Amino acid sequence: MDFSVLTDQFASLTIDGVALGFIYVLIALGYTMVYGVLRLINFANSEVFMLGSFATILVATQIFNKNLESDPLTGFKLVYTMLAMLLGAMIVSGLVSVLIEIVAYRRLRSRTSNRLTSLISAIGVSIFLAEGVRILTSSAPMGTPRILEKNTLFTVFGADVRVDTFLVIIFAIILLIILDSFVNKTRLGKGIRAVSMDYDTSRLMGINLNKIISTTFLIGGLGTGAASFFYITVYEQTRFSIGFELGLAAFTAAVLGGIGNIRGAFAGGIALGLIEMYSSAVFGTQWRSITAFVILVLVLLFKPNGIFGESLQQARV
Amino acid sequence: MNFNLRDWGASLWEKSNKWQRLAIGTSIVALLFAVPLLEKTFFNTPSTPFVSVLFYPIGIYVLMALGLNVVVGKSGLLDLGYVAFYAVGAYTAGILSMHFKLNTWEILPIGILLAMFSGLILGAAVLRLRGDYLAIVTLGFGEIIRITALNSASVGGANGISGIPNPPTTFGLKFDLENQVTYYWVILVLIIITISIIRGLSVRRPGRAWESIRQDEDVAELMGVNTYKYKLWAFVFGASVGGAAGVLFASKAMFIAPNIFNYNISILILAFVVFGGMGNIWGVVAGAVLLSYIPERIRFISDMRMLIFGLLLIIMMNLRPDGMLPRKKREKIKQAGASHE
Repeated sequence: MDFSVLTDQFASLTIDGVALGFIYVLIALGYTMVYGVLRLINFANSEVFMLGSFATILVATQIFNKNLESDPLTGFKLVYTMLAMLLGAMIVSGLVSVLIEIVAYRRLRSRTSNRLTSLISAIGVSIFLAEGVRILTSSAPMGTPRILEKNTLFTVFGADVRVDTFLVIIFAIILLIILDSFVNKTRLGKGIRAVSMDYDTSRLMGINLNKIISTTFLIGGLGTGAASFFYITVYEQTRFSIGFELGLAAFTAAVLGGIGNIRGAFAGGIALGLIEMYSSAVFGTQWRSITAFVILVLVLLFKPNGIFGESLQQARV
Repeated sequence: MNFNLRDWGASLWEKSNKWQRLAIGTSIVALLFAVPLLEKTFFNTPSTPFVSVLFYPIGIYVLMALGLNVVVGKSGLLDLGYVAFYAVGAYTAGILSMHFKLNTWEILPIGILLAMFSGLILGAAVLRLRGDYLAIVTLGFGEIIRITALNSASVGGANGISGIPNPPTTFGLKFDLENQVTYYWVILVLIIITISIIRGLSVRRPGRAWESIRQDEDVAELMGVNTYKYKLWAFVFGASVGGAAGVLFASKAMFIAPNIFNYNISILILAFVVFGGMGNIWGVVAGAVLLSYIPERIRFISDMRMLIFGLLLIIMMNLRPDGMLPRKKREKIKQAGASHE
């Protein structure tokens, strides 16, 4: 154990941890929203993230004809290229997420109450998508052209804040505010909260369940898609197995904060990002994912419903 | 209306007397021991020797599916980290054979005990958690075991342990590359023993307790079932079977590494259980045999076999949500529920 790295670079570890945490928060939305409404683990969400990350890169390389040697963009061109990449990722992820619901969950929902059945069909979708991409890419990782030049923007407590981390944090906060007000202020959001509160009664009250559930998957997918864009912007590489690696962490984050609860996902994601960064500084990066799990186990043992407890209706607290 | 193989088999069994049952049982077992004779027929697997496919993946996976079925199918506890016990068994075999020069048959009970012990520790800590939390914590446990093995130089780190000895010659049966059929026979014996233990338990107190926990844990608790104790039992039993599979796998493969014991194995085994029909031993066995055999058989499109596997899971779950051979009781409850709606 070596605490010197942690104390020396505390500020920069914190900034990296928060940026990573926001990526987790956005992926965790795909798990937490669906769990809140349907009470099942949306296993295929990891592949939604994986497809979103490929979509981000493909928008840059296919539509804007950038390649790995291209120079970073500046000015107006930079803004609309990045927006297009973000939109591309969100649209692909959102659509895939809605499709997954139709293929893997919808028929089963009316036919069986056994939740494990939906779990297996979601695992089937997950395997199918990951394997499909593995075959298409021949297992090779795909790098992104550098669109954004990663200059240091400003310095806090001796830590450099780079443009990309700064953008991730700002954009993620904006998206989360939009989402929070959507769920709490709009009619559809009210429907989502009602269904998560009581599935059967909300159906009796005339709520169109299929519409609400599709919307939930769409929102989860959009969040996950945004996360994949941010991930590519910061880490600049993806591969077919990325979904599993980050999906597991994001799911842990969702459970840590209390699955089914948007603000819980927020707290859990940020906490997990920070924990991973600090612990890899102390124990070494190879133990990074273990510390996350150990903390998760400890939290659940003492607070079995996660830090913030379950379900969407408590999101107003 | 639709033909139910499980009911047909059960009624055939119930109608038979003691001698008929004995005859049916022995002939089925004899047929199973003779399965390696199919090697030169249509069933042959193109790229791996048929006999070795019978042991791994088919035999090992059937055994593990049976163990996980007790946890997930019978007691309704979603365990996503079942691979951990498999890893504990395999690493026990690796360490004990390399450092203490024990042979496979001496290691087997130790491996089972150690796996049970780890099941007890994990279960005691996490079994108070509800459904999905249990799932994620067990998943985490599986990863913790794998990453610890990966980062521990004393068990070979990422390189794992190689040169694990094959089992010694026993009762004139040789265990080596030329005589792979013996491995199949050993795992078959283990599978038969496991099935008879599970069948025995199912009709006795633990089996009834598991069934009641699966249906409604709160009611079971109210009725005086010590749910925590029986959940722990289910967990420990499942762990012991996983440990046994791990020991046998290590002694056949002669090489183990942390990345063999990844999370995909847990998911695969769970898929076998649900695909076959949760809680029904024969369904689970059939599911495990089919799903582990098909990818080997269709290796000519080898690169796409997992893709097809995924597709198969989706289609199957949509067509038969309760698995190939659903349990009898479930079917009745479902019908009652459907008419109620």
